Amino acid sequence: MPQASPLSQIKDRFPDAVLDITEFANERILHIRGEHILTVLSGLKTDGYNFLADITAIDNLTLGGFERFAVSYHLLSHQTAERLTVKAYILEEDPSLPSVESLWRTADWQEREVFDLFGIIFKEHPDLIRIMNPDDFNGYPLRKDYPRLGHKEREDFPVIDRGIQKKKHSE
Amino acid sequence: MSRVTEQLLETDKMVLNFGPQHPSTHGTLRILMELEGETVTKATPEIGYLHSGFEKLGEDLDFNQYITITDRMNYLSPLCNNVAFALAAEKLIGIDISKRTEYIRVLMCELSRIADHLLNVGMLAVDLGAMTAFLYGFRLREDIYDLFEMATGTRLTTSYTLVGGLIRDIPEGYGEAVIKVLDEVATVSNDIETLLNKNRIWQNRTKDIGIISKEDAISYGISGPMARASGIEWDIRVNEPYSRYDEFDFDVAIGLNGDVFDRYLVRMEEIRQSIRICRQSLEKMPAGDVIVDPGLGYSLPPKDEVYNSIEGLIYHFEVTMPNRGMTPPIGEAYVPTESPNGELGFYIVSDGTRTPYRVRTRPPSLMNYSIFSKLIEGHMLSDAPAILGSINIIAGELDR
Repeated sequence: MPQASPLSQIKDRFPDAVLDITEFANERILHIRGEHILTVLSGLKTDGYNFLADITAIDNLTLGGFERFAVSYHLLSHQTAERLTVKAYILEEDPSLPSVESLWRTADWQEREVFDLFGIIFKEHPDLIRIMNPDDFNGYPLRKDYPRLGHKEREDFPVIDRGIQKKKHSE
Repeated sequence: MSRVTEQLLETDKMVLNFGPQHPSTHGTLRILMELEGETVTKATPEIGYLHSGFEKLGEDLDFNQYITITDRMNYLSPLCNNVAFALAAEKLIGIDISKRTEYIRVLMCELSRIADHLLNVGMLAVDLGAMTAFLYGFRLREDIYDLFEMATGTRLTTSYTLVGGLIRDIPEGYGEAVIKVLDEVATVSNDIETLLNKNRIWQNRTKDIGIISKEDAISYGISGPMARASGIEWDIRVNEPYSRYDEFDFDVAIGLNGDVFDRYLVRMEEIRQSIRICRQSLEKMPAGDVIVDPGLGYSLPPKDEVYNSIEGLIYHFEVTMPNRGMTPPIGEAYVPTESPNGELGFYIVSDGTRTPYRVRTRPPSLMNYSIFSKLIEGHMLSDAPAILGSINIIAGELDR
């Protein structure tokens, strides 16, 4: 099986972007700065990583990492059957990074999901709206500072007045 | 005369709400369709009706507890989800599992695949008006669910795997029971194909409907039978073998046109190949243990020992107490598996405690469904059930 271009080469090609290269459980992980994601992924796409399997995010609040949020991209090369994880780190104050929807259409819904659950903004995304939660939902549920049981949701529900309760109140 | 008909046929653009409770959506999906006459000009799918926060929930459950949640994702083939999650956890932790465990897992995955595909083909058929094919498949699926019940104790919420092994070994006489069902599957899948393949109505309703090109399939992240129907030669069982799939001899079904008909044909062929894998798995089933050593802290000791010996009871508490038991390494692992719908991946990030820091499911349904609006545009409204059926959306997995 032919080898895709080694990771050290990527480090030379994008010296500003790459923070670190690690390996865990036979998986190679490329850690980069969030603002360079589009250039790095389009470079990797021409290298042969033609399939974007998954986009997700990790809130590094208690885990530790380069920055508060990491967006993980799981790439796959159909030619060499190699996989690569790219983790793009973004700042807590400005959780935004360029959208990769122009490279893979699958990023459309997946970025919407990350936006919905983590509140990460993908710049130049064609239609960045919530996908899982309702549009008026308050908060980003998969962030670590969001409580598991939610907060204040019940109070936001509109009360349906059927007339019976109204009568009781007036009495 | 002609002017009158023209006037009568002239219609305004109409917005139709398809779902969320439409019978042919098989789950709660909503599609806003803009229609001109009966032609769909634009379709906007809306999902999230079944969003249950499984990923958030996973951050509070330990590895073995989360396996019960994976049942509820793809409820048509829960065993594939169980196996996929167990594989991801094992890769993260670095546990070796016995050969027998892996062979049983392969057997269970392939039985699930047969049940899933039979139901999918049946549903597609019943949506297009072919009731008989649906009943054939559904009855057989019942027999396969009986097999699951024999091995796991339940039909749907199987929770069969543990990190490092299985809950229990397959019962005695299981092989014969499986072979009996497999023989029936072979006959019934032939019957279904005899009913449908050359049926004029079936061909008209499915051929050249919802064509996905090879480039689109890759761009939209489509995997599994849908991608293979578009001619992408990619099967994770073959290209990135897990669970000793490389020891089995089977072929990968590839379609050429990428339409609904090809997706149906690919699924039917996969049923046949799964039968082959199941038979090989039973033939080559090695002896051995399927329960991981409880000393590692990942599985509960046998109930006999727990109730009758003090050591067993201590072990039991060591595993279940919140501050004891599992100590996975700090790190992350992504494991892709070939589920009946496509690439089902679990991505686990661990911070070294007994509960994962983040559990992500890569749901094949979500990516496969994202191409729907592109497929339906320009087709008739009556093609929507055909395309939806061929995508095989499982809402539990789509929304998690």
